[in-house]
Amino acid sequence: MLHYLKKEAEKAERKAAPAFIENVSRRGFVGGALAASGLVLAVHIPGASAREKLTPYPTGGADMPHGYGSASDPHVFVSIKPDGSVTILAHRAEMGTGVRTSLPMVVADEMEADWSRVSIEQAVGDEPLYGNQDTDGSRSMRHYIQPMRECGAAMRQMLEQAAATKWGVDASRVRAKAHKVVQLDDAGNETGETLGFGDLAEAAMALPVPARETLLFKTPDEFTYMRKGETKITDLHDITTGKAIYGADIRLPGMKYAVMIRPAVLGEKLKSFDPAAALKVPGVEAVHEIEGFHEAPRKFAPLGGVAVVANSTFAALKGREALTVAWEPSADHAGYNTDAFFEEMSETSKKPGKVIRDQGDVDAAFANAKTVFSEEYRCQHLNQAAMEPLVAVARVADGKCEVWAPVQSPYGAREDLAKALELPIENVTVHMTLLGGGFGRKSKWDFMIEAALISRKVGGAPVLLQWTREDDMHHSFYHTVSVERIEMAFDDAGKVTGFRHRTVAPSIVSTFAPDSGYQFNIEYGMGFVNTPFEVPNVRCENGQAFAHTRIGWLRSVSNIPRAFAVQSAVAEAAHLMGRDHRDFLLELIGSDRILDVKALGYPEDFWHYGDPYESFPVDTARLKHVINVATEKAGWGKELPKGQALGLAAHLAWHNYVATVVHVDVKADGTITVPHAVTAMDCGFYVNPERIRSQVEGAAVMGMSHALYSGITFKNGAVEQSNYYDYEIARMSNFPKVVDVVLVDPQPGRNAAGVGEPGLPPFAPALANAVFAATGKRLRMMPMGEKVA
Amino acid sequence: MATFTVNGENRSFDGDPGTPLLWYLRDEAGLTGTKYGCGQGVCGACTIHLDGVAVRSCVTTVEMADGKAVTTIEGLHPEGDHPVQKAWRELSVPQCGFCQSGQIMQAASLLAENQAPSDDEITQEMSGNLCRCGCYQRIHAAVRLAAGGV
Repeated sequence: MLHYLKKEAEKAERKAAPAFIENVSRRGFVGGALAASGLVLAVHIPGASAREKLTPYPTGGADMPHGYGSASDPHVFVSIKPDGSVTILAHRAEMGTGVRTSLPMVVADEMEADWSRVSIEQAVGDEPLYGNQDTDGSRSMRHYIQPMRECGAAMRQMLEQAAATKWGVDASRVRAKAHKVVQLDDAGNETGETLGFGDLAEAAMALPVPARETLLFKTPDEFTYMRKGETKITDLHDITTGKAIYGADIRLPGMKYAVMIRPAVLGEKLKSFDPAAALKVPGVEAVHEIEGFHEAPRKFAPLGGVAVVANSTFAALKGREALTVAWEPSADHAGYNTDAFFEEMSETSKKPGKVIRDQGDVDAAFANAKTVFSEEYRCQHLNQAAMEPLVAVARVADGKCEVWAPVQSPYGAREDLAKALELPIENVTVHMTLLGGGFGRKSKWDFMIEAALISRKVGGAPVLLQWTREDDMHHSFYHTVSVERIEMAFDDAGKVTGFRHRTVAPSIVSTFAPDSGYQFNIEYGMGFVNTPFEVPNVRCENGQAFAHTRIGWLRSVSNIPRAFAVQSAVAEAAHLMGRDHRDFLLELIGSDRILDVKALGYPEDFWHYGDPYESFPVDTARLKHVINVATEKAGWGKELPKGQALGLAAHLAWHNYVATVVHVDVKADGTITVPHAVTAMDCGFYVNPERIRSQVEGAAVMGMSHALYSGITFKNGAVEQSNYYDYEIARMSNFPKVVDVVLVDPQPGRNAAGVGEPGLPPFAPALANAVFAATGKRLRMMPMGEKVA
Repeated sequence: MATFTVNGENRSFDGDPGTPLLWYLRDEAGLTGTKYGCGQGVCGACTIHLDGVAVRSCVTTVEMADGKAVTTIEGLHPEGDHPVQKAWRELSVPQCGFCQSGQIMQAASLLAENQAPSDDEITQEMSGNLCRCGCYQRIHAAVRLAAGGV
């Protein structure tokens, strides 16, 4: 049944690269300083304030699967009823970022709609129509601000044209304003004649979409909703009253409830099972084997196992408890023990690895150094552990498949569902519910394929497949385990002359292609080859490490270990050399400049978050600025009581410049607490500062979870943690009490960066640096534990 | 047979008396505002009121509810305007929102008991409710805000 994956695996072997990598932009980067495009020309309309032409800048959105689709087309994204009510489609997944509000708000603002008359409709998975829907990689705003502004501006101009035609006046004599079009006289004053959007809807929608180059956009001072931070998220009332619909809240007539048992160790196969006892549990209706896919690379295939189908979730759970199941052992992964694996990775990190970036003569720099710094930093596996466990409702009947799920990639899921079920893709529908958190796990649709297979096994009845929290802990696509070694060579004057970074970690590629033990350009692009230090000799090496579990991505991905290692090492080296950490970090970043990445020896296939470099050139002045803003706001250098200190870290990811200062207060019993943190962020153009702040506040909490509490360990191939009692995340009893978020005002020409992920990486190293400053204890392992020994 | 009220309505259940209220509410009563997060009473997503007091419905059986009043997020206030709900909206607390039914029910229970909780009391009472998006700063502030209006 799952032979489509075999075909894909063969394809992957030939290309030695997963499908999604093929979609990543590989265009060459342009060296040297190149200002990005931006605001170019303001056009004054008689009697009205400015609208402006905007030169589009390229992003990697065009190179994602199905590109932008018809995302700029109001016929696809906007509908207006005769009563004037407006519906705007949300095509990306809502998992807490606010995107279901923020992107439609962009459309509404540009088209001059009144937000109180706008309702939001969630699109189904249909990328050829809507454009790419992979809601991860901090891409939604970064890639869709432009198309959504175009969509709104086009709709506004169509409404204006319809009004001009109705009145028989020139288009320059009309102007859309607050859900209606007003008529202007020769002097540009309002005549008092108006037409509501509802009156114009039919005529406007019959017009062709204006060409991109004829579109005029609102100037920022004209924004009604964008950049104000006053628009509440669209689901706020439903969330606070229990009406919001998440994956498990779908109810269909005749729906069954199912749970599954899956193999504890990757590669284990079902040997036998006895359903008798399970079938005796009241409410249990069926027990079925669900085929898995056992050859690497597994991509997002189900692991296989046994499904228990019942008339309630509880009956299904009781049935699963009663099951007897035997597994064939896993030849390749039963020996996976993370403790031992760390020692292997550590040894690997001490030897030269595959050279990924080489600038100057690092060997000479270290040979001639007066002082050498060398330390390694470790990160345990992490689980995304969203509050909503995986769940999907599927109905596979009459040659059709319909699935409702909290999924980050509805169209990728739809394509694989079609292949797995051998149905034409037009017979497969994927509905996105709200996601109770995602963090990367819900980009992988194994749970949806499982639900569909179960529905088919029970004759097409709709089935709600519920993963338990234990299932979620045991069968994730884990954030990788890693050792990062940072070495610095200092000359007689105390200047850093050499910088060597070795990374050793199983790669995400292993999930998609035969495992070479090496990482790939996307992982190299996340704070490894692109540490923006002004050091003459730099080498970045990758040591081999093979995967023994399914490696996936978790909010901010490889930036987590890289920021932890590099930003801890800088603080350690500053201490070693008797320097102030902030001064030393600013000195390492060096002069104000746009990085010429070719001259710096970046690899040919350097991955700049999938975007053309010239649209998001790296500007060291912006990084230094957020460091200065954050440290000044936090009172860097101030006297603090015993046991308290500030720690700093800065990191650039998704073109977003972030600096965090964490104030720790280490209690008498060694408990690490954080009364205050400051994050300064320069994300370029933005539209919803309120949701940026909420995500940065949340990133601090997640950063604290990773720094102190959360770690997935393996013993004999199986995950040792089962639930939130042993995979702990921060609780209100110990979290960063006050997080101040300082957003740098958007400057012309600085394009919209990603926001959802970049707040996370600096937090853990800032915390570790603060703990060292407070106690003299250096923590080089995440999680560090809640108490300093 | 267990008999109890759910949001003021009389109900009875003659199935397995060991059924957690969580699954009764979601699968039998169709009240999906109460969320499953851990099944072990360690995350708080399933928090409801039993005779006005916050309990974890994933570890509270139907049998334990016999003769008692069950209140879920759907029944906290007829228009959804309990001071806690209003405070949550005022401060834009939720991100993904999945844990918020439980957070709100926990906060409402706290404020019914203690109308002027200290910061530490809020922290202590709310520490059993996990939020993976990390909304704790706003949750804490919203409980404080709601305390003025209870």
